[in-house]
Parts: sequence; structure tokens; C-alpha cells
Amino acid sequence: MEQRALIDSRGKDHRRLILQMLVGSGRGHVGAALSVMEIVRVLYDDILRVNPQNPQWPERDRFIFSKGHGCLALYVMLAEKGFFPKDELMRSCHFGSRLGGHPESRKTPGVEASTGALGHGLSIGVGCALAARIDKKDWRTFVLIGDGESNEGSVWEAALSAGKHRLANLTVLVDYNKFQSYGPSKDIQDLEPFADKWRSFGFAVREVDGHDVPTLRETLLATPFDAAKPSVLICHTVKGKGFKTTEHNADWHHKAKVKPEELQALLQELEVAL
Amino acid sequence: MRKAALLAVHELAKRDPRVVFVGSDITKQNLEKFAAEFPDRYFMEGIYEQHIIGMCAGLAMSGKIPYLNTIATCLTRRCYEQVLIDLCLHELPVRLLGSGGGTVYAPLGPTHLANEDIAIMRAIPNMTVVAPCDADEMKRVMMQSLDWHGPLYIRIAKGGDKVVSSDVRGFKIGEAIPMREGKDVLLVSTGITTQVALDAADLLSKDGLTATVLHVHTLKPFDTARVLRYAAQARAVLTIEEHTLVGGLGSAVAETLMDAGKGGVPFVRLGFPDVFTEELGSQAEIMGKYGLTSANLAAKAKQLLSK
Ligand SMILES: Cc1ncc(C[n+]2csc(CCOP(=O)(O)OP(=O)(O)O)c2C)c(N)n1
Repeated sequence: MEQRALIDSRGKDHRRLILQMLVGSGRGHVGAALSVMEIVRVLYDDILRVNPQNPQWPERDRFIFSKGHGCLALYVMLAEKGFFPKDELMRSCHFGSRLGGHPESRKTPGVEASTGALGHGLSIGVGCALAARIDKKDWRTFVLIGDGESNEGSVWEAALSAGKHRLANLTVLVDYNKFQSYGPSKDIQDLEPFADKWRSFGFAVREVDGHDVPTLRETLLATPFDAAKPSVLICHTVKGKGFKTTEHNADWHHKAKVKPEELQALLQELEVAL
Repeated sequence: MRKAALLAVHELAKRDPRVVFVGSDITKQNLEKFAAEFPDRYFMEGIYEQHIIGMCAGLAMSGKIPYLNTIATCLTRRCYEQVLIDLCLHELPVRLLGSGGGTVYAPLGPTHLANEDIAIMRAIPNMTVVAPCDADEMKRVMMQSLDWHGPLYIRIAKGGDKVVSSDVRGFKIGEAIPMREGKDVLLVSTGITTQVALDAADLLSKDGLTATVLHVHTLKPFDTARVLRYAAQARAVLTIEEHTLVGGLGSAVAETLMDAGKGGVPFVRLGFPDVFTEELGSQAEIMGKYGLTSANLAAKAKQLLSK
């Protein structure tokens, strides 16, 4: 599936914020954040039942942001929803900040689990989903993972287990940007046939353009895709989406010390429609 | 000891609906009643230790108290990052019951020996590490585990060990137990080496020497106060553990003494040297080869005292 959707004006606002955070924080995994921005936005806008005034509300849906390095996108949405003041965004990673280079549940309101070491979140999500089932609660669990992250054996351990337990209250979102740290996934570890892999592990699978907001919304509103299976939504995305310079560019996987002229050039790029 | 632990989990489950049991492809023995009575809180999962640690984290984040049992090596080494991040960083009440702590699986070879479990578990912030000395004490640990804050690693020794603990002395996680008191030498032990230390104390008494045996069942948090108090009353201090000398009980006692400026006391640590114990045979044979016996402990104590 191709990724064709254009970035709308709110998507551009989010991207401006991400760039500003990058400068304010001094560093960040830009590519990963730009890749998941629309997924995270739709989750918080339309899907997740959460309460920013009471982040620990027991009936909330659980969202495990397993590809923790993409947290700039998560922070943007959490601030937008009022989990913490927006001005904190600009000081992430600094001494004493509540926002780190990877999300931490004991520091940042709204962050469900501390992630950053790849391959942990899906197992945690399986545990959450099992707990909801034991308690006969209707809150649901969502886990966002990366495609590179899916090189980890632990992801597939968790997938086996989710399939075994038929966790229909669990939805996995895969940020399938076909890129990882070093470069294109096909040069490192190709995952194809990816959808078939999930299917064979017992998941109900759908695929979507991961930057197409209306379709993402419509598809996620249709979860669970099968009442007796965990769902996986494979989101076809572009790493670094939104700026010509950053798209499919390994140099922008993690970026530190962005120069003012680089920032200006990027902001310009955003103006021309992508 | 494993039996005592698993039967206790069933008791706890009856008392508290938060208790869940998770096993990783282990024997049914001693679990049948739990499985029959609480099928929705009983999980027999596959051989994927990384996953079940994360799964237990998710359960605990959602209000459950998971008790997880499998082989000690698989529960500590295989999934170390999951233990560190998912359990300890999040400070979650997950109880790890490690079967075959130390050299219980001696005949199975080095892949199955948990000789560094205490060291690696002790190195993680928020972790609690307990090595009970017998089945009775295991029951006491288990009963206290329910309300213990944060993750807990419980080292299970081989079955059928002689019972040396008793209710009279009480039990509190984190508080070392003086099993007997003497004035010449302090023997500090943990897990089943407490039995060895008690036998060594008997041997010493035949030579007119009296020993304190301090059973440090909790390796972390470490009871520095009691170690220092009993060390101050002794002319020599010896430690004995079924564990590598790198980072276990002996290290903790040495750190405690040095940090308190009491490093001058004659001191010997018994444990496994920094090697893979390759001998096979039985636990007793391996412990014998490396001097983890009452005779050797008593002899080393006499040597220290005669210096
Ligand atoms: C266990 C682990 N190994 C390695 C890393 C270093 N690392 C961080 S991000 C990354 C690439 C991840 O790729 P992917 O999941 O596709 O996310 P993307 O950045 O492409 O969006 C790597 C190797 C890590 N954080 N955790």
C-alpha cells in the first residue's frame, strides 16, 4: 500500500511544534515522531478514552507507546489535550524536566509505560488486556510499535501470546515506514510478507495510509476487526514525513544541535504542500 | 521449597483477588488446586520469559499482583532488561519465584546454574531479593510478599532441605535473623548455606569456640545494621553463600563493613570463584569441591581466629 495523503494544516502545526521542541530540547528522534504524528493524533482525538484531569483514571484506555524514541509526537498530543502545560515541551531532555528523550510513566502525566528499549510494549499491553478481561472491564489497550522494533523476538513472543488469548480488547498499531535507524528496512531486515505474519499469529489485520487522518479514524473506530482476535493496524507511513529533507533520511533518525538556518529551511519546506 | 511457595500462592489467591499466577511451561505439580479454583487468574504460558515479564508488568500496572514461577536462570538472565525496565523502573509488585537457585540443577550443567542471580538482581534499583533457608521460611516470605512494595525476587532452593528456621524467631523481609549467638566469630549466611553455617557453629563449639550465625535471608534491602551490630561483637567475620563471590552476600557484607569503617576485622568469604562450575554431579558435590561445607567453614574460622 502506498502512502499518498497530504499533511493538513493541523498536521503542519504539529510539525512546527516538533521542530521547535527539537531546538528547545537540543535533540530528538525526529523521523520517528513525524512518522507517527497522525496515528497518535487520531488516537487522542477520536479513539482513546482518557481523562487529562485524571491521568490515572482506572477506566481509561491504555495506550502503550512502545517505540518510545518517537515520543515527540506523543508529547505534542499530550500537551494539546492538557495532560501538562505546553511550555514544558520546549524544555524536554533538560535537567529537571518531566519530559525525557524517551517517555517515562513515573514522570510524565499521560504516559502509560516507560519505553525506549524496543520490544517491551506489546508484552505490557498483553498484560493490561488480560487484566481488563479478568476484571470484566471494557477499557481497551492500544500499543504502537515500529517496524524496526518488530525485528525484536519479544514482539513476536507477545504476538503469539495475544493470539493465544484471543485478546479482542487489544489493538496493535504498526508504524510501517519501512525505515529504521541505519536506513531502509529491506537492507537491514525485511519484514515482508508482514500482514501475513500477523495473520498467522492470530491477528485480524487491516492496512491503512498512516497519514490519512479520516481513514485512520474510520478504521480505528472499526476495531476490533474481529470479535475473537486481537487487531493489528498496519499503518503505511513515511519516516520523517512532512519535510523533503527529513523524509527517508537516516541523518534525521536522531538529530542534535539543529542550526537556525536548517530550522528556517525546514519551516519553508513545510509551507510548500507535501 | 517450591511446593511451599506454590501452595502459598494458592492461599494468597484465596485471600486476595488481585493475586494471579503465571508459569512458563512448568510442571503442574502443586498448581492443580489453583488452576481449578481460579481459572481466570491462572496462566500457563509459553517459553518466552521476556514476554511474560512484560505481561506481568502490564497485569501489575492494572492492579494485579502476579506471582511468576519458572527456572531461576530463565527468570533472571534471559529477561534481565525486562526485569530492570518493566518491573523495577516501574516499581511494580511482581513476585519472581526462581526455581533452582544456586547449584540445585548441578547435573544439568552450567546453562542451568543460577550462581549469579543474587548479584544481578541486587544491582537493580527497587528490586528486593530474598533467599529463604528452608520450606517453612519460604512460607513466611510468601505470606509477607502479598503487601510488599515493588518487585521481589525469591530464590527457591532444592526441595526437602532440613528445616532450621522457626516461627519463634519471627520473620520480616529485610531483617536478618540471628539463628544462634556466640562471642568468637560471626558466620553470615543466606539461603541454604544457613544450614551449613549452623553445622559449622556446632563443629566450632566442640573446640570451645562460640559463633553467631546471622541468616541474611534478604540480600536487598540489606540489613546493614544487624550485620554491623554482630560484627562488632566478633573477633572474625566469615560469609558463606551458594553463589559467585562477585556481587553476592560476601560482597554486601564487605561493602557494609568497609563503608562503616569496620574493614579491619579478620574476614573471609566463601562462595564460588569467578568461574563456570563445570563439574556436574550433585549440588552437594559441587558445593563440596568449592569448600561450601560446614567442615571448611569451621576450619577457615579457626584459622582466622588463630592469626
Ligand atoms: C532494544 C533496543 N535496541 C536498539 C535501540 C536503538 N534504536 C532506537 S530507534 C532504532 C530504530 C527503530 O526503528 P523503527 O522501530 O522502525 O522506528 P523508526 O525510528 O524507523 O520510526 C534503534 C535501533 C533501542 N532503542 N532499543
